[in-house]
Amino acid sequence: MPIEAVHLTHCYSEGSAFSTVALNDVSFRIEEGEFVGIIGHTGSGKSTLVQHLNGLLKPSSGQVLIDGEDLNGEHVNRRALRQRIGLVFQYPEYQLFEETVAKDIAFGPKNQGLSAEEIDKRVHYAMECVHMDYEKYAGRSPFELSGGQMRRVAIAGVLAMRPSVLILDEPTAGLDPKGRDSILSMLEELHTREKVTMLMVSHSMDDMARLATRLIVMSEGRIVAQGPPREIFAREEMMTSVGLDVPEAARLCRVLREKGYDLPADLYRPEELKEHLLRLWKEAQRC
Amino acid sequence: MLNNITMGQYYPVDSRVHRLDPRIKLILTIVFIVAVFLAKTFAGYAILLLFVYGASRLANVPFRMLMRSLKPLRLILILTFLLNLFFTTGETVWVEFWVIRITKEGFLQALFYSLRLAFLVVGTSLLTLTTSPVSLSDGIEILLTPLKKIHFPAHELAMMMTIALRFIPTLLEETDKIMKAQMARGADFESGNLISRARAMVPLLVPLFVSAFRRASDLAMAMESRCYHGGEGRTRLRVLKLSRDDGIACAVMALLLALIIAERTLL
Repeated sequence: MPIEAVHLTHCYSEGSAFSTVALNDVSFRIEEGEFVGIIGHTGSGKSTLVQHLNGLLKPSSGQVLIDGEDLNGEHVNRRALRQRIGLVFQYPEYQLFEETVAKDIAFGPKNQGLSAEEIDKRVHYAMECVHMDYEKYAGRSPFELSGGQMRRVAIAGVLAMRPSVLILDEPTAGLDPKGRDSILSMLEELHTREKVTMLMVSHSMDDMARLATRLIVMSEGRIVAQGPPREIFAREEMMTSVGLDVPEAARLCRVLREKGYDLPADLYRPEELKEHLLRLWKEAQRC
Repeated sequence: MLNNITMGQYYPVDSRVHRLDPRIKLILTIVFIVAVFLAKTFAGYAILLLFVYGASRLANVPFRMLMRSLKPLRLILILTFLLNLFFTTGETVWVEFWVIRITKEGFLQALFYSLRLAFLVVGTSLLTLTTSPVSLSDGIEILLTPLKKIHFPAHELAMMMTIALRFIPTLLEETDKIMKAQMARGADFESGNLISRARAMVPLLVPLFVSAFRRASDLAMAMESRCYHGGEGRTRLRVLKLSRDDGIACAVMALLLALIIAERTLL
């Protein structure tokens, strides 16, 4: 299910004295099976953008096309579409409300009007996706879990609707390294195994380096660059000019190159940097 | 969705009216209300209108904006007008039809009372439009301080007001966010009968309460860790000082009051 944004523009409180343009003529296309990362400084319009993609916000002008169909068209069932495009908000654990984990996860499927049997199946599936043991957690209150666990329950609540596209707004914000790692490997698995199209908003360039197949860089409501991470991360100057960093591996690589080490300019993953460094070390040993 | 609710209608521009001492503005507003009640004829209202218009010009607040504050009260205004119109007895009958009897006196009284209500609203709006909620509660606290003698918790009241005002936008934002998050999970807040709509609020209210309590306890902790223990011996960051403009404002208001009293006795 490809998603396309065509000249998308959004103004908050249009027509009043406090009007601000949050999105300015944004166009892009996301193909099925991609893992797209949206990066940008605070206030660059990322969160506004993702809320357009499942119809929670209406564009001031421009269109969002889902499968070639205008999301804000007259005869579109937006509620049904919303369930095909799962949106996980920032700090999603604050939306939990039910008495038990299982009931909370069942909220989405229940709204879809599924049978009790199917709902139960979905809950099992979603908990498995987020690596939570059903027997152990299903009956517990979501409010007595740890932050990372709560977040996984919240993501499961969206996954239980079996969306074909999953949009995540800062899924790792405020988590410790262990919680972060478990969320990221979970997302990786969803993308490769369940073939879910992913769209992730993040501040963390290292998260992006690990997962994204394509990056969209935003600044002040506009798209300033898009392309594969290898291309984007090689343009450190552009990244700094919009207030972003490059992944740690890319930065280390640049520093080493400046010191005269023979490394390719476009390294950005820790693993590939490690291999090149080992190669250099072995060559040095041989001499 | 919720951004059409304007809470605390403060109009953030700079003007001589904005800079007036909140205490003075509060007192002057009370005096203005007294003047509205004292006015006896339409000539008095003309003076009041002139004053309100002048004040709004001086405050850089568009007159239209001021008039907009009447909108939430339009039902009450219309009701006041109609009740007075139909139920006032008088001599000069204009319309007589079935049980309806409209007299000249009734019409004038209806106009008079609804205008009085309108002036009360507009006058107090002028205060809230030109005074930020924080300085307003500062002013209220100081004005209520004498009541501490009879153990009235003036400081606590003002602090509570400030905190409540401070968190209204935060909670609105939070409501909007949770609402959207639940809508993304297929929740429906807009259709169905009253009972199903009320039930649809549960996924919104539970997280909202949880976060409000969490915020409250965080805030209490943060205040205590900075040694907050009530108003005793507490000094202020911004000490309210009377300026020349405050004197002028008082003089203008005294003049207005005098004019109204003159109008009342002479006309």
